[in-house]
Amino acid sequence: MNVRSTLIIIFAAILFGCTSTEEKKEVAVEEGAPAGEKTQAYGAGEDTGTGINPLDDPNSPLSVRIIYFEYDSSEIRPQYRKTVEAHAAYLASNPNVIVTLEGHADERGSREYNLALGERRSLSVKNQMALLGASAGQIRTVSYGEERPAAAGSDESAWSQNRRVEILY
Amino acid sequence: MNSIIKFINQRILFILLFLAPIAHSADLEIIIDKGIENALPIAIVPFGWSQASALPPIDVSAIISDDLARSARFAPMEEQDMPQRPDDFAQINFKDWQKLGMENLVIGQLNQTETGEYIVDFRLLDVYKGKQIVGFSIPSGKDRLRHTAHEIADIIYEKLIGVRGAFATRIAYITVIKNRDGTKKYTLQIADADGFNPQVLLQSSEPLLSPSWSPDGKKIAYVSFESKNSMVYVQDILTGKRERIASNPGINSAPAWSPDGSRLAMTLSKDGNPEIYVMNLSSKSLQRITTNSAIDTEPAWSHNGSMLAFTSDRGGGPQIYEVPASGGEPKRLTFVGPYNARPRYSPDDKYIAVVNGESNTYRIGVLDRKSGQFDILTETRLDESPSFSPNGHMIIYTTTGFRGTELAATSTDGTVHQRLALEGGEVREPAWGPFMNQ
Repeated sequence: MNVRSTLIIIFAAILFGCTSTEEKKEVAVEEGAPAGEKTQAYGAGEDTGTGINPLDDPNSPLSVRIIYFEYDSSEIRPQYRKTVEAHAAYLASNPNVIVTLEGHADERGSREYNLALGERRSLSVKNQMALLGASAGQIRTVSYGEERPAAAGSDESAWSQNRRVEILY
Repeated sequence: MNSIIKFINQRILFILLFLAPIAHSADLEIIIDKGIENALPIAIVPFGWSQASALPPIDVSAIISDDLARSARFAPMEEQDMPQRPDDFAQINFKDWQKLGMENLVIGQLNQTETGEYIVDFRLLDVYKGKQIVGFSIPSGKDRLRHTAHEIADIIYEKLIGVRGAFATRIAYITVIKNRDGTKKYTLQIADADGFNPQVLLQSSEPLLSPSWSPDGKKIAYVSFESKNSMVYVQDILTGKRERIASNPGINSAPAWSPDGSRLAMTLSKDGNPEIYVMNLSSKSLQRITTNSAIDTEPAWSHNGSMLAFTSDRGGGPQIYEVPASGGEPKRLTFVGPYNARPRYSPDDKYIAVVNGESNTYRIGVLDRKSGQFDILTETRLDESPSFSPNGHMIIYTTTGFRGTELAATSTDGTVHQRLALEGGEVREPAWGPFMNQ
């Protein structure tokens, strides 16, 4: 199962890695390829000095506010490295800003274990941000476990969107 | 005989209408998916009724019959197959019942007194000996008649099976109803074990989870997100008075009562990651039980009070561990499958029910603590939250059906399955309450 899902991730990455976000929506997502990854696209960030709050800039890496996880995992995958770095840098340069990291899990398994898993995901992002210069005091974490799914349904396309940490300013 | 077996194997649909005075009470259905073929035949003759001019307030014999049928240990005879309908001993023609091979017969009467109270007389009879096995005359009130019927079913069950029946008990559960604006309404409810008489104990726009009965059946501990974080509350069922008992930073969840009711085991992550703690409920002092960088959660207290079982992923994936309730070195108990979580001890502490996961399938499994034998009881795909009936004969749990999450029950040997569905909403996290001693 692990080998299979890894293969599917690689396959999905090769197949969809260069397509537009709109096309991705049409694809029936298989195991291990979070449909939510469509939100990972971001621009070059040439907005510096325009006076726009970078949080409101759709081209900023800060516009990515959801990090998706693999099953029963709280490891931040490489494709979210830039997202975490951008938010950590923003928090470091704006010490008065407070962020809430909301951890979630998919519906499978027990609710209380999923509550713990959601917390571990939010703490994983928090720790990474702190290592990258944000102050731990700026980061609040909360876990909702499987109680607040982003997508309804009992299949991998829904589950992959529900295993997530939401970055809420 | 054939018709009895057919009756049990059929998919039977009981529509239970709720009459409780709450705003959103809804119809609940009990669907028997699968019964057993060696169930004990029993004939429960429609009870006599003293007021010929009016209909009886409830059908006592039908409630008894439904209870016994749901247990899967009994195959109640259909009314149309009965050779006669006696409602007192003198009318019984035992030979007619013997000819049908019917060993056990229940007759009774519902009487209304001049003061408006009720008296339920019933007799359980051995058809071959032509003798009474047990008989009682039970005073009742209009609001208690269903309870009295469940008590009669408990007595019949105990006399013929040898173990106290659990029909006159209650269940707690969480419901989730989607509002038109997309928001959700969560309620904590209790109902009779057959789904009747639901009462809302708490309603919230934020998630509720993990209801847990106090051993005396008077209080329920649960987790509420009403303050935008998981926090543990204890609520008195009769008065509705509630107390927030754990509101630390991080997770406050998974409450489980000690069998003497003085302490509550729970999961707190205030010290960095989820650990098992035991709170003394009068002093609110905490004892930390686990010390591990992994997830430790979902404590369950053994009924003899000596052990705590819990879920931990210290070995990689979630598995069940057990530790002395006073603290000590945890020992791993489950080894079948990559995912075992949310343990619950059987009332005799011989078994532990868990959620067993493999790939995308999550089922209810039971571990025999002594032999290590592990059996899967359910056949559906996303099962969770097992809870033993207080006599240990049934397990109620949550399953995901075509209408969403609903309650289901199975006998502990996996031979019978039932579902309990709420129209238009989800029902989940059932917790079977204790025996209520009178």
